[in-house]
Amino acid sequence: MSVEPILSVENLSVRIAGLHILQGVSFDVAPTGVTVLLGRNGVGKTTTLRAIVGLTPRNGEVRGTIRMGAQSLLARPTHRLVRGGLGYVPEDRCVFAGLTVAENLRLAERRGTTPAYDKVFALFPELDRRGRQRAGSLSGGQQQMLAIGRVLLNDNRLLLVDEPTKGLAPKVVTEVAEVLERVAESVPVLLVEQNLAVVRRLAKDAVVLSAGRVAWTGNAQDLLLETALTKSLLGVGSGEVPASARSESGLRAPQSRAKDGAA
Amino acid sequence: MTEVKSPEVPAPPAAVPDELTPGHARWHGLRPYLPLLALVVAVILPYSTVNLPGVFEGPLNSPGTLQLLAICLVFGGLAAGYDLLFGRTGMLSFGHALFFAVGVYGTAILVTKVGLPLWQAALFTVVGGTILAALLGAVALRTVGIAFAMVTLAFAQVGAILVARNFGGLTGGEEGLTLDVSGLPSALVGVANTVNLYWLALAYLALVVFVVHRVSMSPTGRVLAGLRDDERRIGVLGLDPYRFKLVAFTLAGGLASAGGVVYSLLVGASPHVTSSELTLSLLVMVVLGGPGTRWGPVLGGILYMYLDHRLTAFGSSDAVNSLPAFLSHPLSQPLFVLGTVFILAVYFFPGGLASLRTRLHPLLTTLSRRP
Amino acid sequence: MNTVILLTLTGLGLAALYFLVASGLSLVFGLADVLNFAHGLFLGVGAYATWWAAGNLPGAGPDGFGFVLAVAFGVLAGTVVAVLVELVLIRPLYSRTIEQVLVTVGLSLAGVALLQATWGADARPFDRPAWTREVTSILGAKVSNALLLLIIAAVLVLGGLLAFLRFTRYGLVIRAGVENREMVTALGIDVRKAFTLVFAIGGAAAALAGALGGVYFGTVSPGQGGSLLIFAFIVVVIGGMGSVVGSAYAAVVVGLLQQFVNYYGTTGLGDLCVVGLLAVVLLLRPQGLAGKVATA
Repeated sequence: MSVEPILSVENLSVRIAGLHILQGVSFDVAPTGVTVLLGRNGVGKTTTLRAIVGLTPRNGEVRGTIRMGAQSLLARPTHRLVRGGLGYVPEDRCVFAGLTVAENLRLAERRGTTPAYDKVFALFPELDRRGRQRAGSLSGGQQQMLAIGRVLLNDNRLLLVDEPTKGLAPKVVTEVAEVLERVAESVPVLLVEQNLAVVRRLAKDAVVLSAGRVAWTGNAQDLLLETALTKSLLGVGSGEVPASARSESGLRAPQSRAKDGAA
Repeated sequence: MTEVKSPEVPAPPAAVPDELTPGHARWHGLRPYLPLLALVVAVILPYSTVNLPGVFEGPLNSPGTLQLLAICLVFGGLAAGYDLLFGRTGMLSFGHALFFAVGVYGTAILVTKVGLPLWQAALFTVVGGTILAALLGAVALRTVGIAFAMVTLAFAQVGAILVARNFGGLTGGEEGLTLDVSGLPSALVGVANTVNLYWLALAYLALVVFVVHRVSMSPTGRVLAGLRDDERRIGVLGLDPYRFKLVAFTLAGGLASAGGVVYSLLVGASPHVTSSELTLSLLVMVVLGGPGTRWGPVLGGILYMYLDHRLTAFGSSDAVNSLPAFLSHPLSQPLFVLGTVFILAVYFFPGGLASLRTRLHPLLTTLSRRP
Repeated sequence: MNTVILLTLTGLGLAALYFLVASGLSLVFGLADVLNFAHGLFLGVGAYATWWAAGNLPGAGPDGFGFVLAVAFGVLAGTVVAVLVELVLIRPLYSRTIEQVLVTVGLSLAGVALLQATWGADARPFDRPAWTREVTSILGAKVSNALLLLIIAAVLVLGGLLAFLRFTRYGLVIRAGVENREMVTALGIDVRKAFTLVFAIGGAAAALAGALGGVYFGTVSPGQGGSLLIFAFIVVVIGGMGSVVGSAYAAVVVGLLQQFVNYYGTTGLGDLCVVGLLAVVLLLRPQGLAGKVATA
């Protein structure tokens, strides 16, 4: 790639409680569009995102280099990384269930900057209407909107988004994918996603992890075309993604991994 | 917790192939026997009339010194038993003093108020303490981590309240209970027989060390260590953490009540043994000594009790009294000194006394390699 | 009837003390995962600093405005000690839960011994305003003014804490942090500032409990904090860790239960009932009456 990457990860190793989860992972994230991080369950996708944002647990050990532009990210506290323009939408949304929607958003406000409420409410009108509702009583999809919305209140140089469509109904998956598509027009996104239909719709570049190492990098659409490769790396054939996925009738999550593995 | 690689554990027989280097081999060959050697020295210690001025008030075989040593040995054993929970399983119990107190008061009440012969009283007490540990553990272990600590603390508080309120005049309240000596074997009665109590305390310590060692070397012990390092992994293996923790909790409770029996013979029963401070002290002993090691908690317990007794004398000594008041007053408080040392130890010696050897090891090897 | 009213009010007075100690403990535990054994020390510092100020601080005294000043000094001392403990001893062990507990254990042992070394092990008479020694008649029951003062103070602290948590930015951060600390940092917030703040709040509330407890009991002694602390722990667990409202409810339940059972049963039985209640709550509702799950 000739363009300067927004994020470059080099030789990243993470050990947690004695387990060598990442063993020298290197990849770049392009300054525009969506780069998707793929792989079977447990290969270290979430660990990678958490290492980038400085949330490796205490009994973990991180080695290697992670750079955003000229700046090294390792060994800097999470809150500084985030204020430096690294937006993080964690797995399982992690909204504050006991707080109201408005309070969840207010928490993301920062001194000295104007929070972009109009932008967020334009994307998610629902969040405006439900401001006084407790976040815990929102549906999974609404919680995901809130988790994305509170990150978008501030300007970001890069978004890390971890499995945003996990456990959501097909119709909501489509909505989330649409939102991410619009977000990615202005901010580069590093996305962890299991749903290949969503990947097909959003991703420009792909990085595939396997057993703690990078197994494949390149153009995401090329990857999806190679059925045998996706099957061996992801445990699912891209052919299994229904053709209807690209139409608006709804995206389907790849079903039952175990069954696919056995097939 | 700090995982201490086995320098403290005697090398298994398989580890003696370095016979090629004669000096080394002799040392390695001796090491498994060092605990035995220490035991022999401890057994014959009361025959010595050596006087260590400053260290002990009288010669080694004087009843005062032997009693202090016996108390130290009991607490060495108690700390080793507590380490089964804290250092080896990672359970932070603040209720361990309760089972010790059950041993102390159980013996005193059964002998003095009920009039049972000592062996029966001791048997009932230890069995009762073990059952109590199983019951309380069954409730408390429904919580984990800090909540578990708080719950065990609350249970221990019940013991303290029961003893302090003196229901039915059983416990003697603030006064405590002195053992009715008429029901005791004559070999355990009287100042001249302190040496027998000393040997009893030594036997208790040896028993605890043996039991804890056997348990930690067994498959159960490996599961306990696994629980300490990462409870989820044990759950993934299909083992029920609750049951293993309950076994450890019950065993440690039984060992503590056995220690209480010995302590009761040595000192009698006083409400001090029910205080939460005592449990906190146990924690201090184990951490100072080195949690999860074979000898660390024992040394920690012995040293702590020794300092606790001797610092009082040190605090009223001329050397301290001649200091300005802002120094001499705190220094005359053993708990101030021990608490401060403990805090420093948490920061600077996380492995406790037992880690000192490992830390000094590189230095020692360099020195011994010299021709 | 008079007895019931009197027992209710003394029970509430006890609840007020428990609440003042437990609310801080609960916030500190809920947010920072620190089981703070040194919390009783903050109470002791508050009590002794108030006692000292009433006798020695210029302008302060045992009566009128002087007494307010003395209590303010006591609360300030407790706050300062709590903040220092957090910054110097707890912060370097950030997220190493067990070590933090150990440090507070050492601190509670050493701190109480230090109070004892400075002012002696025996209880000292506490100079207090004359009106606190008088009684007020409420529905026929003669109630000590010191008790009423304690209850009013606790209610004010409860109201103040709730308002703080509900309406301020830091309150929002604390509430969010109790739920999920990691996610707070992932929104760009330095959650450790909030740690210092909850220590300061806890220290202030405990020191106030020490000062007003001194007024109520008429004496100060080094061990006072320690004996209250265990019941405060129980209140925290029953109420749900991290929940101020839960602490308030639990404190009232525990205080009333203790007073009534101790009076109508035998002395000490009430204390046992409280521990029994704890066991029942844990078996039925491990997360406490309110607030986050009492694990971890």
